[in-house]
Amino acid sequence: MKRSTPTLDRRKAVAEILRQRGDALVLTGLGSTCWDAAAAGDHPLTFYLWGAMGGAAMMGLGLALAQPARRVLVITGDGEMLMGLGALATIGVQQPANLAVIVIDNEHYGETGMQRTHTREGVDLAGMARAAGFRAAGTVYSSTQLKTWVPRFYRAKGPVFATVKVTTAYAPMVLPLRDGTAIKHRFREALLGPKAFE
Amino acid sequence: MPEDPNTPRRPDWPRAVHRLFREHEVREVAYVPDAGHAQLIALCRADRRMTAVPLTTEEEGVALLAGAWLGGARGALLMQSSGAGNCINMLGMTQECRFPLLALVTMRGDWGEFNPWQIPMGQATARALDAAGVVVQPVDDAQRVPETVAAAARLAFGAYRAVAVLIGQRVVGAKDWNK
Repeated sequence: MKRSTPTLDRRKAVAEILRQRGDALVLTGLGSTCWDAAAAGDHPLTFYLWGAMGGAAMMGLGLALAQPARRVLVITGDGEMLMGLGALATIGVQQPANLAVIVIDNEHYGETGMQRTHTREGVDLAGMARAAGFRAAGTVYSSTQLKTWVPRFYRAKGPVFATVKVTTAYAPMVLPLRDGTAIKHRFREALLGPKAFE
Repeated sequence: MPEDPNTPRRPDWPRAVHRLFREHEVREVAYVPDAGHAQLIALCRADRRMTAVPLTTEEEGVALLAGAWLGGARGALLMQSSGAGNCINMLGMTQECRFPLLALVTMRGDWGEFNPWQIPMGQATARALDAAGVVVQPVDDAQRVPETVAAAARLAFGAYRAVAVLIGQRVVGAKDWNK
């Protein structure tokens, strides 16, 4: 299987994506993408997953179906996505126009000792997403490509999928709020106002 | 005469449960098919107020409904008891975040089961869900299914809890291997 060596920095890539978030709703996966989103700037409309491995994309689908007028971005890792690959098929069936799933792919399990993931061996997540029916799917290797993809994350008719290949360079942990119920209440109040507590 | 476990029962409860879903404004109905849920799945799929979401595996539904609630929408998860085991780790999020979860579980490996492979998960379903923090409410009488689901919906959406209604094989009928 062919592969190119990743060159992008994960923190810079996630910061560039989130800089243009506007009123988009953001879900992270557990682990590195959680810290990446926190490092890019805390936001009440970011829901941080500290667990539930394999659930980020499906959670994004549930949110996208509930809020069809809002853009939903799932920013997760390669190991997290690999644990819930069936979600690609389930999202492909639903065709949510407002959902983008972005995999920050360092080809390793960063939180558990940097063991290789399947993507390091050539498994093509974007190819799987395309085959599952995502309207747009691709792999991003360069900052030029990322600049092309960022507007698609927010405006292209979904479901949109991209794998952003990043290096394994060390990035310090930046820990956001971790009480799950608090993260939920904060998100719902920011989105729904007083109705969040009805 | 002893009750024949293979006697098909005319199910009235799926229509009543569908009406309850409407009353509770359930908008996302996630499911992994089971024969016992066939009628309810068809009713939900035909209802324009609901989005029916077929899953590849049950834990997808746990995550989906967490996302739905984040977005202000209520949902329900329909599955067979063999799917309960698939949900366990994802239910950790449901408990930690106190997401409501209304799950309707049709039982296998329960009343008059013929397939020995269904017994282990069927017999472990209630204990496994209980261990994962889910309130388990079994119902073995078809007439009591609607009231049990209504009570479970209040517990889920009113008290923000994960609730599984276990609909016994006695209600849905043991699988007829001659069909």
